[in-house]
Order: sequence, then C-alpha cells, then structure tokens
Amino acid sequence: MKILALLAVIGLVGLPWVVGSYLVTVMIFIFFYAYLGQAWNIVGGYAGQLSAGHAAFVGIGGYTAALLSARAGLSPWLGMWIGGVLAALLGAVIGYLGFRFGLRGFYFVLLTVAFAEICRVVALNVDAVGGALGLYITFTGNPRQFQFQDNRVYYYIALVLMLAATALVWFIERHRFGAYLTAIRQDESACEALGVDTLRVKMLAMVLSSFLTGIGGTFYAFYLFSLQPNAVFGIPLSVEIVIRPIVGGAGTVMGPLLGSFILSPLAEISRTYFAQGGWTGFHLIVYGVLLIAVVLFLPQGAYPALLRLVRRRAA
Amino acid sequence: MTLLEVSGLQKRFGGLLAVAGLDLVMASGEMLGLIGPNGAGKTTVFNLLSGFLAPDGGEIRFDGRSVVGLKPHEICRLGMARTFQIVRPFPQLSVLANVQVTTLARHPAMPAAREAARAVVERVGLGPRASELAGGLTLADRKRLELARALATEPALLLLDEVMAGLNATEIDNMVRLVGGINAGGTSVLLIEHNMRAVMSLSHRVVVLSFGEKIAAGLPREVAADRRVIEAYLGEEYVHPAQA
Repeated sequence: MKILALLAVIGLVGLPWVVGSYLVTVMIFIFFYAYLGQAWNIVGGYAGQLSAGHAAFVGIGGYTAALLSARAGLSPWLGMWIGGVLAALLGAVIGYLGFRFGLRGFYFVLLTVAFAEICRVVALNVDAVGGALGLYITFTGNPRQFQFQDNRVYYYIALVLMLAATALVWFIERHRFGAYLTAIRQDESACEALGVDTLRVKMLAMVLSSFLTGIGGTFYAFYLFSLQPNAVFGIPLSVEIVIRPIVGGAGTVMGPLLGSFILSPLAEISRTYFAQGGWTGFHLIVYGVLLIAVVLFLPQGAYPALLRLVRRRAA
Repeated sequence: MTLLEVSGLQKRFGGLLAVAGLDLVMASGEMLGLIGPNGAGKTTVFNLLSGFLAPDGGEIRFDGRSVVGLKPHEICRLGMARTFQIVRPFPQLSVLANVQVTTLARHPAMPAAREAARAVVERVGLGPRASELAGGLTLADRKRLELARALATEPALLLLDEVMAGLNATEIDNMVRLVGGINAGGTSVLLIEHNMRAVMSLSHRVVVLSFGEKIAAGLPREVAADRRVIEAYLGEEYVHPAQA
C-alpha cells in the first residue's frame, strides 16, 4: 500500500513533463478540488457536520489575499495565511452558532448556506472590494506575486496542497481527534456521556476545515486571475466542494481524492466540449445523474466500495 | 463518606411534574436500586444527574461539589458515568474502538488507550468479540458494551439504566455477577432496574419512585413488603391479599 502510494506520487511528479498542457490544466483542477474536498472532509465527512457553504471560506481567503496584494502590496504568499485565518474566524462563528445551539442535520446545512449567501451579497454590493465587477488580478508573472509563466508551477503547488491535506487527514484519523470525530458522527449524545467535549471537538474540526479552505482561496484567485462574487461565494462552488468527497467516500482518507479524479475530469471535459454548442451547465446534469447513482448503489461512496472489491479479489 | 447528595430535585415537562422534590443520599461504595413503575421518573432522574437535562429546582452534589449546570462530559470527567436504557453503541466501530473512545480521555496516545480498552473489554467478557462491529452484536452483548464504555471512564459512581432489560435468565445471571463484581471493586452503583430478582439481590438499599416522588426507601426486603410500593405497582386491590 505504501509502495503503491509512493509510486503514484512519483508518477504525478513526473507527469507534467510527458503530457500536454491541456492535461496539466485538468490535473490542476483535479488536485485543487481534491484539496478543497479534503478540507471539507474533516468537518463534513469525519465529524458528519454537513457544511454546504464552504465556498464562503474560498471567497474570504481569495478576496483577502487579492485585496492585500492589490492595495497594500503584500505578497499573496503571506496574504494566503491571513486569508486562512479570516476564513477560520468565520468558520468559528458559524460553528459556534450551529454547534452551541444544537442545529443539526438540515438546519446546519441551511445555516452554512445562509452565511455563504450573506458573503456573496456583501461582496456584490460593497464597491470597496470590487462590487459586482469582482476583482481582477493583473498578470505580472512574478513568482513573489504567486504568478507563474509556467503552468507546471501551479500544477506542483496544487499537488502539494492535495498531498499535504491528505497527509494531515491521514494523521488525524490515526489519533485521538480523529477517533472523537468518527464517534461524534455516529452518536453525539453517547460521546457526551462518555466524557467527550463534543462542542470543542466540532469547533476544532470546523476551524481547521475553514482555515484550509481559506488557504485554497488564494490559489483560486491567483490561478484564475479573477474573483467574481457569484462564482467564488456561490452555491455552485459549495456543491463542487461537497460532491467530490461524497461521491468518493466521506469520512475516508482517500474519498475526496477518488471523488475528484472521477468528477473533475468529467466537469472539465463536459465544460470544454459542451460549452461551445450552447450546452453550458451540462456538467451539472452529469453530476446529478452520478450523485443519484452513488446514493442508490454506493451510499458509502466509491472508495469503500473499491476497498471491498480489492479485498474480495485478494481473499 | 457521602458520594452523592440530591436534595429537592425537581423537573417539570409542561404540566407534568416528572421529578417532584426528590431527596437521595448515596454513600461511597454503595449499590442503590432505583425502582418504580413505568413513567415514575427514574430515567429523568438519571438525565438530571448526568447533565443531559437541567433541573427546575433542587441541588445535586457529587463528591462534595455541585454539578448542577455542568455539561454531560464535565460530569463524566468528575467520575459519574451513565449508560443509556436504549443502548447507543457506535455501530460502525468495533467493540474495542467503541471502548477506546472512552479510554482516550485518560490515555491520549492511541496504543495506551487501546490497551486500557482491551482490559475493560476482557473484564466484561467481550474479549472474543473485540474486533467485531458493534452494530452486529446481540442485545446482551450490546448491553455489555454499553456497560464497558461507562466503566472505562473509571467512574466513582456508575449510573446503570436497565442493563438487564430484554435479557434472558442466563444473561441476567451473568450481568448480575458482573455488576456485583464492579461494585465489589469499590465503584458505587445507582441501578435503575425492572427485574426485581436482580435489583433485590444486588442492592444494599432500594428507593421507590412513583409519579416523581419517593414513596419508600430502605432495605430490599422492607421495600418489597411496603404496602405503598405494592399499591404503586399493582393497584390498591392487591394490597390486602398480598399482606394476608
């Protein structure tokens, strides 16, 4: 298993030197959405608190780094951390409201969506942060401005993000924090009765998850060179973040990665091939069908099903 | 030494006074049976003691300090652990992992927590089932697991809510032996139980609740002969034949 993982990483490191630039772009999206999915996985998968507003943290992180860079000349390499901290603060506020006052299930979903929508409306209407026009980042190609002539640098940054988040989740799963998260997902009251401070554990998961997602916002901003309130704070991005770990297997280390390797190319290909013919949004239909199929046939996600298959072959 | 002291405890659900000014004292090392007909307020008392419900009045002192207003996990860490009448194992975790969730509080490192959990699993007789998923256990084993998880918090006082319910005669005998052994080891036990044979043989003293009020208290055989108790369980017409 370890050898397999090592081989996969070596393969991914070498890949951009043997394939064309289009495939590199597709891979960047795979890695980046796997990273966001992994960040969501901590609170949504392991702790079972279904946040459907994670776009808010991407937006906060992206806007913070972009504004600090444009207005204060601060390098996004630093702004990235400040964006992460601000996203974590928002995550703490949402988490406290939801967890302290016992908003579970659908109610927590609605709370997170509401906060993301508030962010979107504020960003749309406050001209100081770009208003409805959003923010555009001038291309300089300066590495200190998180800008690169060579697409492959973004590729490696996205790869590192994905691998680091995955290593973190792998570590969490093997320690007390992860054991508590898994137990909370299954029965919160039982956890309380057994001496687990569930509020604290869930808050920690939410803060960590929103911090990582906020970091991702900087990559989003400086890879796409633009931030549009509707795109970066909108419900569609929140859905993109949630759907990969769910399809791949929420609450598993490999789920978000597998989900992203399945869905991101689908999204990218259908966007490329169907957009010209007036088929914009066709990938959403593909998502819908796939999601129905997963819920019906693989309710635990693709990764646990894959594991079972491999074990049965081995046995 | 007094371990638990409850005075004037009250809980109201709308128009229903579920617990009406209950007084209760438990000495360290004692096994106290809490019995009463269905709806008498026994489980509500447990929920108040363990912090899952806030009382409307009264005081709960555990080990010398008030625990009113504390959260369930805080009360648990002070040394009062409970089980649930309707068992709530983590179904997708193994038996060992279930208990490990508890032992992690005292043993933050996973290997140490696992070792501590294994000792408790062996102690309640679930050793052969340690690696099975909790969701697939029989009721008797799930009751054992529920007890094991509470026991693994290393409590001074164990609140057991109907750990015998739904078990057959052999399983009840095993459970009686297990609970008796835990108490003999120095852990105080407050026992809610409908199985009279079990509660009468285990308890040092018995408290009887009816409609939220304490109607009798004393040694098991005294309580069993008390006319108010028979009345509460069976109705007035049974009082005289029973005493005849």
